[in-house]
Amino acid sequence: MDGPRIGEQVRTCLVVDDSSVVRKIARRILEELNFQIIEAENGERALDACRRAMPTAVLLDWNMPVMDGHEFLLHLRRLPGGDLPKVVFCTTENNVDHISRALEAGADEYIMKPFDKAIIAAKFHEVGLIAAAMPA
Amino acid sequence: MNASDYEYLRKLFRDHSGLDLSADKQYLIESRLLPLARKCGLSSIDDLLQKMKGGSSRHIAQAVEAMTTNETFFFRDKAPFDHFRDTMIPELLKARAGRKTIRIWCAAGSTGQEPYSLAICLKEMSAQLAGWRTEILATDLSQDVLEKSKAGIYSQFEVQRGLPIQLLLKYFKQNGELWQINAEIRAMVQHRQLNLLHDFSQLGTFDVIFCRNVLIYFDQDTKINVFNRLARSLEGDGFLVLGAAETVVGLTDVFKPCAEKRGLYRPTGARAAVAPMAAAAMPRMAAIGGR
Repeated sequence: MDGPRIGEQVRTCLVVDDSSVVRKIARRILEELNFQIIEAENGERALDACRRAMPTAVLLDWNMPVMDGHEFLLHLRRLPGGDLPKVVFCTTENNVDHISRALEAGADEYIMKPFDKAIIAAKFHEVGLIAAAMPA
Repeated sequence: MNASDYEYLRKLFRDHSGLDLSADKQYLIESRLLPLARKCGLSSIDDLLQKMKGGSSRHIAQAVEAMTTNETFFFRDKAPFDHFRDTMIPELLKARAGRKTIRIWCAAGSTGQEPYSLAICLKEMSAQLAGWRTEILATDLSQDVLEKSKAGIYSQFEVQRGLPIQLLLKYFKQNGELWQINAEIRAMVQHRQLNLLHDFSQLGTFDVIFCRNVLIYFDQDTKINVFNRLARSLEGDGFLVLGAAETVVGLTDVFKPCAEKRGLYRPTGARAAVAPMAAAAMPRMAAIGGR
């Protein structure tokens, strides 16, 4: 798959999920959408990554050990420059209550697992991260 | 499926729905008709073909439905809905200030994602539309599809393709893994079964016609015929919206593309002599596929 072209700004996506399988699937899809991937297995690791360098986007699981996705997001939005990344939740929590709490905490979009490439592309398009919603 | 069966089905789909399958679409037929055969309690496509060839109008109608049902999602392609909100409605607010009505037709309404996306757009603009009467008519060839549209119930997968999360929260009610669009939005859309090959002049004239991703399956003569009749059902200053891969260019001069607005067309005022395909060419068939 094509990487970022010369002269094109490198766009990074931080994939936060405690399941290495989910991170691997998300990595494959997002690399096809021309993102450079950083992985983190919980909210605390993700926050460390953001302190080092703010990513363009964050794909964020909810339930994780150490620090969950919701708490991570509250911390992220208070960091300097922490308002910039587009944050898309990606979780099995699929009820109205969780979705509302995510949006209140500053999430830009919300994916209910299971997901596929079409859903990720549609949601990333929705928040302006990629130009076209569907590859074809 | 042998070659003569394939030819039989190609001709049948062409005559009933205008669906124009090229010679290499065997896999498409198989992937659509096998589930139908099972649903009808038959073990194979051959058994289904036997029923169809024996003249079972029920099996023929169901096969046509199975072939013409398309995948669709909310706010598909996004741009047409931006044009709807930013160009079409503002222009119509000026042009129709006298009678304060706007009529919209989704000519391939399918399972409802497109008409309901338009209804949500109108709802979001309700401040500007106060005192106006808006009407959305969704038609489709398939009765099954219309029933799904009327119910307005979608899977978790379906509501995640194209629908912003805020709009999901605002206009849908969750029921387990399913999401139903609110009664208020459902009530904004009227449903009616219609075959575009048949006469549709009785529907009256519209200000906006969405006819996306349905004519791509039709042969050239059918496309021209439908375009020419759509022009008669559209107000002189109305809008026609086609799918991203579709165009009128080279087919008819009754519509012209809008500069810089892909998929958007305006009537030119040119008139072509037209008769519905089905009424002229196949009066008997019309009784099967029609309403």
